[in-house]
Amino acid sequence: MARELLKGNEAIAEAAIRAGLQAYFGYPITPQTELLEWMAHRMPELGRAFVQAESELGAINMVYGAACTGARVMTSSSSPGISLMMEGLSYIAATEVPAVLVDVMRGGPGLGNIAPAQSDYNQMVHGGGHGDYHTIVLAPATIQEAIDLTVLAFDLAEKYRSIAVVLLDGSLGQMMEPAELPPMRPVRQTFPAWAATGAAGRERNVLTSIYLDPPKEEEANLRLLRRWQEIQANEVRFREYFMEDARFVVVGFGSAGRVALSAVRQARAEGIPVGLLRPISLSPFPTRQIAALCERAEAFLVVEMNAGQMLEDVRLAVNGKRPVEFYGRMGGVMPFPDEILGEIRRLAAGEASFEGHPRDRWLQRLTGSN
Amino acid sequence: MVVEQIVPEEIVYQRPRSLVECATHYCPGCTHGVAHRIIAEVIDEMGLREHTIGVASVGCSVFAYNYFDFDWVQAPHGRAPAMATGVKRVLPDRMVITYQGDGDMASIGMTEVVHAAARGENITVFFINNANYGMTGGQMAPTTLPGQKTTSSPHGRDVELAGYPIRASELLATLEGAAYVVRRSLHDPKNIRLAKKAVRTALEVQRQGLGFSMVEMLSICPTNWGMSPNQALQWLAEKMIPYYPVGDYRVSPSVAQLKV
Repeated sequence: MARELLKGNEAIAEAAIRAGLQAYFGYPITPQTELLEWMAHRMPELGRAFVQAESELGAINMVYGAACTGARVMTSSSSPGISLMMEGLSYIAATEVPAVLVDVMRGGPGLGNIAPAQSDYNQMVHGGGHGDYHTIVLAPATIQEAIDLTVLAFDLAEKYRSIAVVLLDGSLGQMMEPAELPPMRPVRQTFPAWAATGAAGRERNVLTSIYLDPPKEEEANLRLLRRWQEIQANEVRFREYFMEDARFVVVGFGSAGRVALSAVRQARAEGIPVGLLRPISLSPFPTRQIAALCERAEAFLVVEMNAGQMLEDVRLAVNGKRPVEFYGRMGGVMPFPDEILGEIRRLAAGEASFEGHPRDRWLQRLTGSN
Repeated sequence: MVVEQIVPEEIVYQRPRSLVECATHYCPGCTHGVAHRIIAEVIDEMGLREHTIGVASVGCSVFAYNYFDFDWVQAPHGRAPAMATGVKRVLPDRMVITYQGDGDMASIGMTEVVHAAARGENITVFFINNANYGMTGGQMAPTTLPGQKTTSSPHGRDVELAGYPIRASELLATLEGAAYVVRRSLHDPKNIRLAKKAVRTALEVQRQGLGFSMVEMLSICPTNWGMSPNQALQWLAEKMIPYYPVGDYRVSPSVAQLKV
């Protein structure tokens, strides 16, 4: 396959189709809509299922139904739409059926705006729906990575009978850059043994999320937890840049990580020994890898397009051994490399602090005492 | 020596193959059992047991899948028609049914059922209307009659404050995508036979891909109504049927030609 100039939302849609997607259910919402539109013309021409649902609630429950047949199925939305889907996500997780979700994040809370943000980190990584469950969350920083992680999301969802989320901000969904699509995989013709497909020549299959007997529910919870431990052990993904001799470490995911890389390059040109760790799997989080960096890093800087959501996970990993600083932009504003470079220079000048919370220190720098 | 002649037995009544042999959790006198039975009989008669996927809802019938011996999935409250859409679109040659109460379908799930019908989704909805929320202990439902006492309308449903009951069959019958929408009642043998015939027609509509089908079944809830089963059956006939007349609300031209 040759490299083509591709728009993020469309590239993800086509990647899913080539990964053998059998059914797509969605609802229009900016900045994700091109993904739905791509599916609207591609899925029917391939003889696969496409429905524009009446709402995100409808869409996620159509996904739930299709997932119960063992089909490769997905939906996509953006932040407020994802909030509506939380009910379905909890049920899908509890029923242990595989499904893929793409969240093209925008500014919030509430209706917010349609500009790029990373404010769904907590919603996706730390739950959102009710009950004890985890989703696999993958965060691309380029369109090529968005394509590759979309394909991976289907494989992981099926391997672990789990929800896999591709989490990106609106800028990545909207922008174009050269990338290579994967070859077309054939659509699977068989159904998993657990699927509800009609009880022909076998015992009936019942897929449910209700365990009225508390010990049975606890058993289900334990099963989910053990599976999550397996995912934590096997599916942590991240990328390191300039880390060989780094004494300062920037941590950022997705577009914020990409902007931070520009800043790290500039800082290197100034002779500052700084590197970037870009988590790709936000869930499971590269906790152990960040903890290990405390051996040689003098200080950390977390950069996000939110008010410091991943920051808390980095702080847990660092566990007070090194100072952690934070820099964020919110409300759909993207940081410029210069802003992050300024923060890296502060680290290099020994200004990283243990005092108070890094978010408070950042707010103080950003807006002063007013 | 007298030799007794063994007369071959003729079975006139037995458990349908599509029903599981077990005790039910439904209250004594509840018509869920009747509705389950006629659906199971029709599925047997049409030979659909191995090709049917049920979508259970939330309410007393949340455990419908314990009683039907075929594949089931369990939907969140009100979302059964959306979930059924997902199943049907991936497996268009299977029969997909939902089994929903009035709280589930006509309140929290009204959006899902309206749009499934509007899309002409080729699924069958069995809608059990017993004029209250049974599982949570008899609260006011969208189908609760004016003046009817429930635990959340203790002085009787006051239409000034709580509005009027929704006639779901009449409402859905306005949609082009709906092929077959009828209301039946389960209060006496004659009406049960008519209900069974409607179940048969609805599943035939789906089998032939003619569009959305729904059979509303007026049902009793003796426990929460605070009546004996007999009193409840009488109350249904006297109070519910005048507000919810039994009848065919939409029979599309292609369905009218069906011979069942």
